[in-house]
Amino acid sequence: MSLEVSGKSYETDEEGYLAELSQWKPELAEAMASADGAELGEFHWEVINFLREYYEEYQIAPAVRVLTKAIGKKLGKDKGNSKYLYELFPYGPAKQACKYAGLPKPTGCV
Amino acid sequence: METAEGVVKKFCYMNRKAPYGTIYALESLEVVLIAAAFDQDISLVFADDGVYQLTKDQDTDGIGMKNFSKTYSALGDYDINKIYVEKESLEERGLSVDDLQALTYEDEDDDWAEKNSLFVVGREELTALIDEQDVVLSF
Repeated sequence: MSLEVSGKSYETDEEGYLAELSQWKPELAEAMASADGAELGEFHWEVINFLREYYEEYQIAPAVRVLTKAIGKKLGKDKGNSKYLYELFPYGPAKQACKYAGLPKPTGCV
Repeated sequence: METAEGVVKKFCYMNRKAPYGTIYALESLEVVLIAAAFDQDISLVFADDGVYQLTKDQDTDGIGMKNFSKTYSALGDYDINKIYVEKESLEERGLSVDDLQALTYEDEDDDWAEKNSLFVVGREELTALIDEQDVVLSF
């Protein structure tokens, strides 16, 4: 599969995750979101940027339980809960946000 | 031990191979991260060449593999905080605990205090530790 953005083609896997992490840029996240019928606001970006930093530091996409805890610690308790994160990313915060962030599917997600 | 969620078993993951060259180390780490979701009592053991998996400042540029050694420091986030390294294996390879990366976790029940999760243990102590496990998975 591939993703077309501004006349350029980006390779993805069969579920739409970007094949080459280094090709990621914010426009790709916007394009993936609009394909899902979503629009990214400030709060989505907080989570997407957090995930990219987490990956940079640990070389993995965190499981949703770990993400929730870490977001709570970094961005405050009102954001570190599944309700908040599922409202932002209804397809699952780890899965959907990781996809927009250009990361592989979180280890342990089926 | 029975809890409302079910039986909690003691799982021990044995890591005995060098980090690169075979897929064992990375596979073990991935299995550990997945299994962490099931709230079991997990210990990790690093012995023989497995102690190299935890050495600090790894650089994989020359071999074209992902440097997954950074992922070990995420284990604390996954509530895995019993990581044992065999003392004799270190000594036989001219290594000491100073050659290993520091591994810590934040204790939720103690105001998120950062605590050590890496323990160097002797062969005899390790034998006893493995003996009390319900499940031992060898990589």
